[in-house]
Amino acid sequence: MPGRTPVLSVRGLSVRFLMPGGRRVAAVTDAHFDVAAGECLALIGESGCGKSVLASALLGLLPANARTAGRALLGDLDLLAADERTLSRTVRGRLVGLVPQSPAAHLTPVRTVRSQTQETVSALTGVRGRAAVRAAARAAADRAAFPADHLDRYPHELSGGLAQRAATALALVGDAPLLLADEPTTGLDRALVDRTVDELRRHVDAPDAAGGTGRGLLMITHDLAAAERVADRVAVMYAGRLVELADAASFFGTPGPRHPYSRGLLQALPDRAFAPVPGMPPELGDLPEGCAFAPRCPRASAACAALPATVGGLACHHPLPGDDGEAPSPTASSTEDIRA
Amino acid sequence: MLELRSVTAGYARKAPVVHGVSLAVAPGEAVGLLGPSGCGKSTLARVAALLHRPDAGTLVLDGEPVRRWRHRAPRAQRTAVGVVFQQPRLSADPRLRLADLIAEPLRATGRREEAPRRVPELAAAVGLTRDLLGRRPHEVSDGQLQRACLARALVLRPRWLICDEMTAMLDASTTAALVAAVEDYRAATGAGLLAVGHDHTLLHRWCDRTVHWDDLSDAVAGEEGLVTPSPVTDGS
Repeated sequence: MPGRTPVLSVRGLSVRFLMPGGRRVAAVTDAHFDVAAGECLALIGESGCGKSVLASALLGLLPANARTAGRALLGDLDLLAADERTLSRTVRGRLVGLVPQSPAAHLTPVRTVRSQTQETVSALTGVRGRAAVRAAARAAADRAAFPADHLDRYPHELSGGLAQRAATALALVGDAPLLLADEPTTGLDRALVDRTVDELRRHVDAPDAAGGTGRGLLMITHDLAAAERVADRVAVMYAGRLVELADAASFFGTPGPRHPYSRGLLQALPDRAFAPVPGMPPELGDLPEGCAFAPRCPRASAACAALPATVGGLACHHPLPGDDGEAPSPTASSTEDIRA
Repeated sequence: MLELRSVTAGYARKAPVVHGVSLAVAPGEAVGLLGPSGCGKSTLARVAALLHRPDAGTLVLDGEPVRRWRHRAPRAQRTAVGVVFQQPRLSADPRLRLADLIAEPLRATGRREEAPRRVPELAAAVGLTRDLLGRRPHEVSDGQLQRACLARALVLRPRWLICDEMTAMLDASTTAALVAAVEDYRAATGAGLLAVGHDHTLLHRWCDRTVHWDDLSDAVAGEEGLVTPSPVTDGS
């Protein structure tokens, strides 16, 4: 959605883990992207490609051996430079709402949904007084379509879909301008996946408290069908790098993805070719010098020994043709112009 | 033939999750069992894998009724069935290196001398590289661990494979790779498959035939309106 002001602006975000023996794991390298208000950006990729590390970096939840570089601007605040006090008091829940991967594990098992929602309301909003907090908690549950008669249940008494809504309700309490959903649909069945992402979409489109343009949603997922259903734009991550950033309609429709990896990922779907991308992703601690996908890539050539620059959201020496036909064919390719 | 006949099973006598369900898989056949979350299909899969004793009904494995379950089941029946579960993290011993994880059934059945030959063979079949075999579960991704769990299920060359939501946690490429590994094994050995899941597209593509949970219950065929009691659902 060009033209809208970005809620989140990530510039050159890198995360390194320092391992024993001086080893370094390059979990995220040089990520650039924006998320606008009222927009959903889906970050997709195979498991272990660095997606969740990126999410943790945005929330300041990385382990102590992690080192970050770059900037992640949320308004005027750089999330990567913020101290723990700022993160805990103004960012988590208030500026960034987290919809977790495993709601059953995210909720406190020994307390009812009502109790947790009320605690969140008291902590994140100015609502005071028992009756007011109770009413606000009900309203929060209602916003996430969590049924009021289930509020007194404990997390283990909820189905996967209801636990997901309870967690979403907590994420929405602080009315944060950015929602961060980390694999919100893992392990849910298809009907529930559709409903979960539709609900997320509803929260993106709903005007915020100030009547503004809605929230930004960064949805991290490996579920391509869910991404297709909800996303405005798609960012594909491979071995810690964003290799393609594209409009969802053209990515999932025609002309389709332009990076050979994105294409392979889509072709692995059972309603497409159902063929896996050959080989396995490289170790993040031992990445090749050049394009990390080259060993698995059918279009790879000698040029791929050098790292491709990102041009127009695409980091590839031999991209597949787009609708404008500007991409060089693999035989006639010249990498010089791309790397410029 | 793997036959489930009028199986009733659950975790509390008075509230069975599975109610009078019958299903048969022919040798070499791949059957996909579809159903929503919480319908009881995983419990049925556990019965078929000899891991859960049903309250009523029988399981007949290659003409032989199963009389004992879990660790009490005779070895010949137990080893005829390989199982892959949904969550590799919960089904892998965190202390074992992947090579030992894959070889575990061989050790448990006193055939550990086959391990040096079988483990590399299976690792290649499921797409695990040599350096991964030396790692423990916390050092690999979910997809890599599930590959090892599939190799473990195949190591005794089972005649039947039960895959309970094997790919629900995995990305599209790993899903396609694991399904291809299962199909290669089945093509080579003629093993039968019961794949349980909720992804219509996937199971239609993968299996010879798919059956829906709602069509399996004996009660549905007989008395209309008598539906299997379902556990807590999603409210709407």
